[in-house]
Amino acid sequence: MSERSKTWSSHSMDKSITLPPNEIFRNLENAKRFAIDIGGSLTKLAYYSTVQHKVAKVRSFDHTAKDTEDDPLYEISMQEEILARLHFIKFENAYIETCLDFIKDHLVNTDTKVIKATGGGAHKFKDLIEKKLKLRVDKEDEMTCLIKGCNFVLRNIPHEAFVYVKHADSEFRFQNTHPDIFPYLLINIGSGVSIIKVESEDTFERVGGSSIGGGTFWGLGALLTKTKRFDELLQLASKGQHTSVDMLVKDIYGGSYVSLGLTGDLIASSFGKSATADKEFSKEDMAKSLLHMISNDIGQLACLYARLHNLTRVYFGGFFIRGHPVTMHTITYSINFFTKGEVQALFLRHEGYLGTIGAFLKGAEEDNPNQYSWGENYAGSSGLMSTSPDLNPMQRARSGTFDMLEMDRLERQLVNLPLLQDPSSYIPDTVDLSEDALAREYWLYCFEEALDGVVKRAVASQPDLPEAAERAEKFRHKYLHKLQTLRHQPFAYGSLTVRSLLDTREHCLNEFNFPDPYSKIKQRENDMALKYFQKAVKSLEELSWEQRQFALVRGLLAGNVFDWGAKAVSDVLESDPEFGFEQAKRQLEERPWLIDNYDQWLERLNGPPHKCALFFVDNSGIDIILGVFPFVRELLCRGTEVVLASNSSPALNDVTNNELQILTERIAAMDPVIQSAVKEDRLTLVQSGSSSPCLDLSRLDKVLAGVVRERHTDLVIIEGMGRAIHTNYYALLSCESLKMAVIKNSWLADRLGGKLFSVVFKYEVPLDKKPTTLDHVPVTPS
Amino acid sequence: NHVVTKKTFPWFGMDIGGTLVKLVYFEPKDITAEEEQEEVENLKSIRRYLTSNTAYGKTGVRDVHLELKNLTMCGRTGNLHFIRFPTQAMHRFIQMGSDKNFSSLHTTLCATGGGAYKFENDFRTMADLELLKLDELDCLIHGLLYVDSVRFNGHPECFYFENPSDTQNSVKTPCSLADPFPMLLVNIGSGVSILAVYSKDYYKRVTGTSLGGGTFLGLCCLLTGCETFEEALDMASRGDSSNVDKLVRDIYGGDYERFSLQGSAVASSFGHMMSKQKRDSVSKEDLARAMLVTITNNIGSIARMCAVNEKIERVVFVGNFLRINTVSTKLLAYAMDFWSKGQLKALFLEHEGYFGAVGAFLELLKSSEEP
Repeated sequence: MSERSKTWSSHSMDKSITLPPNEIFRNLENAKRFAIDIGGSLTKLAYYSTVQHKVAKVRSFDHTAKDTEDDPLYEISMQEEILARLHFIKFENAYIETCLDFIKDHLVNTDTKVIKATGGGAHKFKDLIEKKLKLRVDKEDEMTCLIKGCNFVLRNIPHEAFVYVKHADSEFRFQNTHPDIFPYLLINIGSGVSIIKVESEDTFERVGGSSIGGGTFWGLGALLTKTKRFDELLQLASKGQHTSVDMLVKDIYGGSYVSLGLTGDLIASSFGKSATADKEFSKEDMAKSLLHMISNDIGQLACLYARLHNLTRVYFGGFFIRGHPVTMHTITYSINFFTKGEVQALFLRHEGYLGTIGAFLKGAEEDNPNQYSWGENYAGSSGLMSTSPDLNPMQRARSGTFDMLEMDRLERQLVNLPLLQDPSSYIPDTVDLSEDALAREYWLYCFEEALDGVVKRAVASQPDLPEAAERAEKFRHKYLHKLQTLRHQPFAYGSLTVRSLLDTREHCLNEFNFPDPYSKIKQRENDMALKYFQKAVKSLEELSWEQRQFALVRGLLAGNVFDWGAKAVSDVLESDPEFGFEQAKRQLEERPWLIDNYDQWLERLNGPPHKCALFFVDNSGIDIILGVFPFVRELLCRGTEVVLASNSSPALNDVTNNELQILTERIAAMDPVIQSAVKEDRLTLVQSGSSSPCLDLSRLDKVLAGVVRERHTDLVIIEGMGRAIHTNYYALLSCESLKMAVIKNSWLADRLGGKLFSVVFKYEVPLDKKPTTLDHVPVTPS
Repeated sequence: NHVVTKKTFPWFGMDIGGTLVKLVYFEPKDITAEEEQEEVENLKSIRRYLTSNTAYGKTGVRDVHLELKNLTMCGRTGNLHFIRFPTQAMHRFIQMGSDKNFSSLHTTLCATGGGAYKFENDFRTMADLELLKLDELDCLIHGLLYVDSVRFNGHPECFYFENPSDTQNSVKTPCSLADPFPMLLVNIGSGVSILAVYSKDYYKRVTGTSLGGGTFLGLCCLLTGCETFEEALDMASRGDSSNVDKLVRDIYGGDYERFSLQGSAVASSFGHMMSKQKRDSVSKEDLARAMLVTITNNIGSIARMCAVNEKIERVVFVGNFLRINTVSTKLLAYAMDFWSKGQLKALFLEHEGYFGAVGAFLELLKSSEEP
């Protein structure tokens, strides 16, 4: 250790923070509740801040007072809102003094008296921290912090855990987080190994351990190879051949040990050849042999403990693992060998942060962080580092000096949609771009192409703010940088998907205070569409029942063509704002559609009404007013209750819950059917809890889930490309579902075997709910 | 009943492992004058060579203290000798067989261990000898049960440690392996095999580990420059592993109470060696001791987990890693007792590494019983 501290003091003088510090330690002005985890080489700092940021709100005008044709439907205002955010920063111990100085200089909040500390280095740096920050260091148990942190990331970050596959197109296979994260086994490989069984938030037990761990690799490796640094040892190992040092089964048998099924290449005795061989071994070969020996041993113990406790979810962490592809590979190999694939080795994207997250949570108990849902902020988080073999570990350690994770406290608590057939196997996204190189290339290009337009609209949305242009450029720079990162590290934020690309863009826009670039466009379109509503309803009522059912579906689909999120459409809309509803209908593909279950749907409509339909709506304007509302109106007339689920905060031109409330009021004022339904609570508006153009049915507002349950919802309608094609296309529900969208992207249309404006009309009935034709009694509606 | 005696001498059983070749030789003590006269010269010379020496060449050794006296087998009475030499000398051994015209004796050479397969062709081409190849785990179990049944010259073959929780004062205590099943059999050679044995012929290999005797010796050689197992063990006996290993108290200042870990428990094997200063001041003896403790504890830990998973309370440790290695035997006895809170019992056998060879030898006699 003395050698390390020497390195530290000599480095602390000449090293300075290479990035602008205010981009690292963000929001320090109001930071509170600090926690720090000091490991052998890295320090992780956590704090809590409140971020003032702009949100777009709409407020209805009082229309009874004056109601002129020219007045807009509602007013848009920008308000300041306070958002709770967690900041986690990771840096080399060498920077600790500089960082503490910086924090001291910028820390304004005087309420903070204590800093929670964990990790082996907490003791060593205690005095320095107390002197610099004038905060009392309060030590927390390392293992408790680790578990608390682990539970937190597993619960709040989808795609936190992954399986490592060395030779696959994408090395990371992200796992869907099981709705119930417990029980699991955590194998923490620090200098030694601890095996912890976690059964609930507060129940965990160290069921075992081993003294052969990262310290053994490092210590023995240093003795054998005279190589001092852990990273260098791993690098040596990745270049070596263990077969010259290890005694293999074939060295003893001349081949395989067939009767036991032991192949010839299996290691019979680690370092078994080094007792007798007269030759010198290369450092690389010895390092490799050592790495195999230790990884296999840990893997074997992990399997024995997993079997004893009957657990299949086994997470690995600790400095031995921490993002090192070499160790992830050998551990994975070992687990596969010993369990014959029954247990998978799982790794965590934010493994390095677990201790500090846990320490932070210990100190923040009065804020009840575990009562909320949190979301990873893609704008402020660095994402997972590349493990590309050409970036050697040393370079990585030096260049990736500062790593950040930011998590926003979500206003709503998020839970599964109760109607998912199997929550544990539900995957929202249709295409995993990290595994599909062609699709990845296209979509990254597509989002880059669209950036100009997004910037332009962002500026246009804030005409009264002269610095908007400057901010918009910062946004452009940030998002472009994210896209470049993702091009090289598609796995940086979990599986790369169209959804994650869209969400990242929303996060970046919010970051630069463009909470709702489409607010004015949405307002204009809503206004325009409302004027046409009564006429549209009237013309529908003139049709026969059967004609009307088809017209309603076509209307819904045509309305969905109005989507600024899709490039092909935004081009048309931008050049021709008069692009009308009728024109959109003409654009639609004629039946049979690309996916066409309309006949089955019609047949179903001949049957008894649904109890309650949950409708995930999409765009503002024509889509919601002329497409969705008439459709909803028909459902209500049939005797079906309707729950309209819309976004909690803005995303593209999607209608927000806030906007939808005003629209519903206005429509109710015009339409007695809607009015009575609202009054009688047969038409309910709920928030989805999301602010994404896509839809993750495993992270929905808890209130929504409650309503769905109470009303015995038996039909789920999902509308639009983002929610029904990019996501949920393959989602299986336990009740009937209708997925409707117009494909407004020619590449995607091509992929799905259709063409631009092809229609997807997917009506699905779960197998066990399918009525037999015999007891199907048709009811002719009036 | 002299049918069986027609099985021609010499009687051997051989176990060719990764590091050592184990050879058992039956020396008949009831040779009649008539027989002696008929005995061909090279058979006589083999007998004389093996029984009058205790060392063969530079590396062959006869473990005189293990000799089983006055055994009666297939109607013959004699002594069973236990001989070992490094597998590296295998070719010299085969050459000697050729020089002594061993093939003219028309005996069956029963061999087990991986080397039975690896060297089969060399035996054939170099010495015109055919091996009867036998499975090493079958031989191990048969040999073990046999030696235990005939006892060690009137004493029990098996022993355990009384008072295992105190390794300084634990006492080696002979015992009987009567009613041995089920047992977990941990064979520590170059590598380790762990078997769950339910009867003489019903067993399964539970698992194995590559961290075995070969690892101890190999790493010791690399770290200390020693050349033999004896040398490595001698150094280990004089070393102190706490200069090499990081203990719980080195990290937590004392016990880690949250998880009831004693301060004296090893937290990280070779953990102190992360520091250059400590690397520079460490002695070879300390390194050898740490290596021995590391490997032994790891085997103990895996064996214990297997015992729990297989629900077996008796853990029998064999293999040549345990030869002259009281540090390891006492440590294993301690580990089984301590970590299982007295539930598991570690048992050891005097003929540690020779059971495979004995099993092969028994197969020779069995094959001779066939008409």
